[in-house]
Amino acid sequence: MTARKSVVVTGVGATTPLGGDAASFWDGLLAGRSGVRDLTEDWAEALPVRFAARVAVEPSAHLKPVEMRRLDRSAQFALIAAREAWKDAGFEGKFAEPNRLGVMVGSGIGGVTTLLNAYDDLIHKGPRAVGPRTVPMLMPNSPAAYVGLEFDARAGVHAPVSACATGAEAVGHAIEMIRSGRADVVLAGGTEAAIHPLPIAAFANMMAMSKRNDDPQHASRPFDVGRDGFVLGEGCGILVLESAEHAAARGARVYAEAAGVGFSADSHDIAQPEPDGRGVAEALAFALEDAELSAGDVKHLNAHATSTPRGDLAEVMAFRKILGSAAEDVAISATKSMHGHLLGGTGAIESVATVLALHHRQAPPTINIETLDPEVTLDIVRDKPRALPEGQIAALNDSFGFGGHNVVVAFRSV
Amino acid sequence: MALTQEEILADLAEIVEEVAGVDKDDVQMDKSFTGDLDVDSLTMVEVVVAAEEKFGVKIPDDAVKDLSTVGDAVGYIQKNQA
Repeated sequence: MTARKSVVVTGVGATTPLGGDAASFWDGLLAGRSGVRDLTEDWAEALPVRFAARVAVEPSAHLKPVEMRRLDRSAQFALIAAREAWKDAGFEGKFAEPNRLGVMVGSGIGGVTTLLNAYDDLIHKGPRAVGPRTVPMLMPNSPAAYVGLEFDARAGVHAPVSACATGAEAVGHAIEMIRSGRADVVLAGGTEAAIHPLPIAAFANMMAMSKRNDDPQHASRPFDVGRDGFVLGEGCGILVLESAEHAAARGARVYAEAAGVGFSADSHDIAQPEPDGRGVAEALAFALEDAELSAGDVKHLNAHATSTPRGDLAEVMAFRKILGSAAEDVAISATKSMHGHLLGGTGAIESVATVLALHHRQAPPTINIETLDPEVTLDIVRDKPRALPEGQIAALNDSFGFGGHNVVVAFRSV
Repeated sequence: MALTQEEILADLAEIVEEVAGVDKDDVQMDKSFTGDLDVDSLTMVEVVVAAEEKFGVKIPDDAVKDLSTVGDAVGYIQKNQA
């Protein structure tokens, strides 16, 4: 039986509320900065939630006017981050073997602002005002397709969707795509640009969002007793995943090994997590098995922890259950405390953060914990970054989405 | 007030530049939209809609078929302008 292909991470890109590239994103994480700001647009006034984590750069500073015109904001982020990741991986221009390049980039909701703006045009100016590019802009596979076009990806261009698990799910499927031999290199990640009155009103009315309008920068407070819901963010993370063999042959710099993935489904509720963390525990167990890791190998977790009363706890319980006493030696970071919840993009930027944590041997902090929830009896990295142990270690990134989708991606240091 | 051919060309070149990212200096009378300027069918629809608005002309779908070159478009607009 041939040994299973090893998959590594050779490039990262990120367009986030903490910084417009991976380096500034990482700096922001280590510094414990908040990317959350008041929403100053007129439309925000009437909303129950009037703050969010917008991307720290203007896409127009990084894209040509014709690209700005043809891409929904979610695809704009994806193209910027993908170009950064590609260059970071040491590639230039289109891929030399297009049939060996794939794309796995999802979005939770796709081109929602394009859709809503086009609807406004339809109502106020009539059908002729709906531009011929509206469909390519709003379709949720648009970010993936544009990334594929940019680098000439022919092995397969895929756009998985699983709400807040999307970004991590994409990384997981990309690992499998390379292991199966379908591609040598895959650009993987997720993107979201849904800061607009409609999604905000919808999430707020589900009682899922924090309403801390008087103190936005302290609203995203995973594991704190006063947490009252998530803070909406936007942005994109892209990782270049590559077969270890292919990376070695070209002398690529390797950040970490993408050691494995675990998937499960809650089958409990369309929006609530299964309260005992049953599904999370299963995904964790599968990830450890797939990555050939024992509980004791894991030294860092980038938690999903969205700052909701129930979700944060279910995750902690599941983590304890699967790792047992080894859970206490894991440095846990809830980075949504800083960058907010990027929905389809979150699992991807958090995968980037996990990879960089292994590469730099530093766990980023969780900010905004004034009083740690007494039921969270695990080691949460608070306020300042913490050095990770020497030697070969593993780190996990977990993401769970509305609909009960659970994904845990495992990375190993190199 | 009727525009001259040069004025129509200049305005059309600006439209093509905005909509297709083509340098407006490349938008010359003898250039073909698809062949020389890399303007695909989707982009052509956008050019037509913008031109209709700019010049106050109607360019029905079956007329668009015959507009292969920039010159064809300029000629059509000049003939049909308000």
